[in-house]
Amino acid sequence: MSQTTHHEPLIRVAARENASTALRVGVRVAAIFLALVVNALFIYFVTGLNPFQVYITMFGGTFGTKMRFFWAMRDLASLLLIGIALAPAFKMRFWNIGAEGQVLAGALATAAVMVYGGSVLPAPVLYTVMLVAAVAAGALWGFVPAWFKAHFNTNETLFTLMMNYVAIQIVACFVNIWRGQASGLGKLNMKTKAGWFPQIFGYRFTINLVVVVALVFLMFWYLKYSKQGYEIAVVGASENTARYAGINVGKVIIRTMIISGALCGLTGFLIVGGRDQTISTGTAGGNGFTAIIVAWLAKFNTFTMALISFLLIFLEKGAAEIASAYNLNDYASDIIAGIILFFILGSEFFVRYRLILRGSHNKEVR
Amino acid sequence: MKKIIALVLAAVLCLCACAALAADLKVGVILVGDETEGYTLAHMNGIKAAAAELGVADDQIIWKYKVPEDQTCAEAAYDLVGQGCNLIISNSYGHQTFMDEVAGEFPDVDFVSMTGDFAAISGKPNLKNAFTKIYEARYVSGVVAGMKVKELLESGELSPEKQPNSFDGENVKIGYVGAFNYAEVVSGYTAFFLGIRSVVPNVTMTVEYTQSWFDIDKEAAAAEALVADGCVIIGQHADSTGAPAAVQKLLDAGTLCYSVGYNIDMLPTAPTAALTSPTNEWHVFYADLFSKKMNGEEIAQDWAEGYAKDAVAITTLGPSCAAGTQEKVDEVVAALKDGSLKVFDTATFTVGGETVTSAPVDLSFMDWSTMTAIYEGETVEAIVDGAFEESSFRSAPYFALRIDGIIENAAQ
Repeated sequence: MSQTTHHEPLIRVAARENASTALRVGVRVAAIFLALVVNALFIYFVTGLNPFQVYITMFGGTFGTKMRFFWAMRDLASLLLIGIALAPAFKMRFWNIGAEGQVLAGALATAAVMVYGGSVLPAPVLYTVMLVAAVAAGALWGFVPAWFKAHFNTNETLFTLMMNYVAIQIVACFVNIWRGQASGLGKLNMKTKAGWFPQIFGYRFTINLVVVVALVFLMFWYLKYSKQGYEIAVVGASENTARYAGINVGKVIIRTMIISGALCGLTGFLIVGGRDQTISTGTAGGNGFTAIIVAWLAKFNTFTMALISFLLIFLEKGAAEIASAYNLNDYASDIIAGIILFFILGSEFFVRYRLILRGSHNKEVR
Repeated sequence: MKKIIALVLAAVLCLCACAALAADLKVGVILVGDETEGYTLAHMNGIKAAAAELGVADDQIIWKYKVPEDQTCAEAAYDLVGQGCNLIISNSYGHQTFMDEVAGEFPDVDFVSMTGDFAAISGKPNLKNAFTKIYEARYVSGVVAGMKVKELLESGELSPEKQPNSFDGENVKIGYVGAFNYAEVVSGYTAFFLGIRSVVPNVTMTVEYTQSWFDIDKEAAAAEALVADGCVIIGQHADSTGAPAAVQKLLDAGTLCYSVGYNIDMLPTAPTAALTSPTNEWHVFYADLFSKKMNGEEIAQDWAEGYAKDAVAITTLGPSCAAGTQEKVDEVVAALKDGSLKVFDTATFTVGGETVTSAPVDLSFMDWSTMTAIYEGETVEAIVDGAFEESSFRSAPYFALRIDGIIENAAQ
């Protein structure tokens, strides 16, 4: 009789194994459709605008002109580069919350070389020194928390997080020194343009795009097919298993974080040289944190990361365009972008888990 | 009857002509904030008022909100050019280098970098700067504060016996909440101080910097610290209502202190503590800019106007202002307008105990990281006919003398 008094919840959640491709695609398409419907209601009832026009405007944020498309690609590159840099660390279950700081360390090193070497070093040497200094600075910023983790088992989440603030303060200090009596630091070497990336096909950030495409393939290979990538996966799955298999866990942790930090440093170099030609505490622009979402959602598949980065940038540009075109407060346009993101993230839940309604016992093991 | 018809016709034709002219104008506006932030709101209101005045339609203005002072600004400018704008305005100083970059690529489009300082030496005729002579309004707001101090002294409410803390020797203590130690702020607080001293000769002033243009908490804290130190008037060059609100609270609690705000009327925030606020009348500039652009006239590369064109003002006097303040204000404003009164008259201040006879100002735009000039400018002599000529060699303020009687404090 206990069966009848047994309290079964109305809905239960269970992991879904081997969701079919049709289901994966179907759930996501449904999510986007629902997001557009909910947004249409919001747009119509709150702002009084025509939802379809708003969607067209949003699309125009990225695809409106060739220039906008390339700017979007450039911003995508910054975000995706950091995502790629974070992938090995997170795959190893090393919570590197310090990408922001590692990017800033690289950016600061680049800027310092530009300021102090800009008028002394010949161009090829200058670019080389900028690159090496940036990669080294980023790697150092990744190495420090990894070393402490490997030797003293310190908490890397807090450690890398705090390293962000250290980097931010150092950058703020240098920006303050370099700005001198001006109220802000403009572009570095504005007169000589020393250290600025050359314009290729009309854009200074062309090199950034090339590098990010190369790294998407490279990191995919590294994580999936290289021996080191395998070690990362094993350490991530279980440190004890890794030890039992004869993997030097401390060494893998340190090596992986040096790679992660170095790539962040490289990103800093590309941002300063190719995108901004200057530095501020906002150089990483929060991408160090957003990139965690990118890497994690994509389960470290760099190609999926590219898609997710694109989605985030598309929404960001679209929201800004809506705000400008319709004279909306940008909170309103952020809500529109936010609703879409919410539904897409939410759809992940339905791809990975399934809901079991009360009474549907057919497949349950009791 | 014919006359009336002719007049009506003339008026209609005129309107049509205006509309036709206005139709060619397409304005792009790059704003550092949005309507929730007073500084940007003042610019938005100025632009809207000027547009209404000249018949510029809503769809002839494209707004870009919350554009930071980085590459984003250049992108916004490129984008506005792409959308057909022939006049692009940015409202924050840090936008200038990015406007400069885009201006170089589109010589047919005019770029106005508000509060900027190097248009004239950039070699780009389509890059413009503009600033109001806000220091004149600060001087007048100082006069208002001075009248109040005078009243307090005369009534005996403020005396060395009653409030020894409010006196430094003979001098009454004044406080000022400043954002940064840039020339713009130095010029402003000096004008304010000289305004007070034109009414009450024995005053001294302390400036507390907050290192931020907008920080309610820091500005309130700075005001509280100044009042605790005995200051009876708190002026400000920062954008929030933090200081007036703090002063009102202290006044209600029985401390003798009053506030002079900035930008907006502070009476809603501090009904009895606020005396007045110096304010920019941006619509004067924007109307001038739009009409010049529409008529194809030359737009000044460095626009700086003050009371003479009613480009600055002070807000409504608060109920706590001393009797006779309005009359005094009218008198001072009239003197500023006709040029008989100069704010930085060298007879009214000293530096290091000496009267200033020479103040060379280097107008170059510097790259301080490498100590080289990005744009070479002349070094000019700012003392002309016994007064420091502010905002006449370029629109952005350059008065950076530290005069006797004012002490600067860095942020805590």
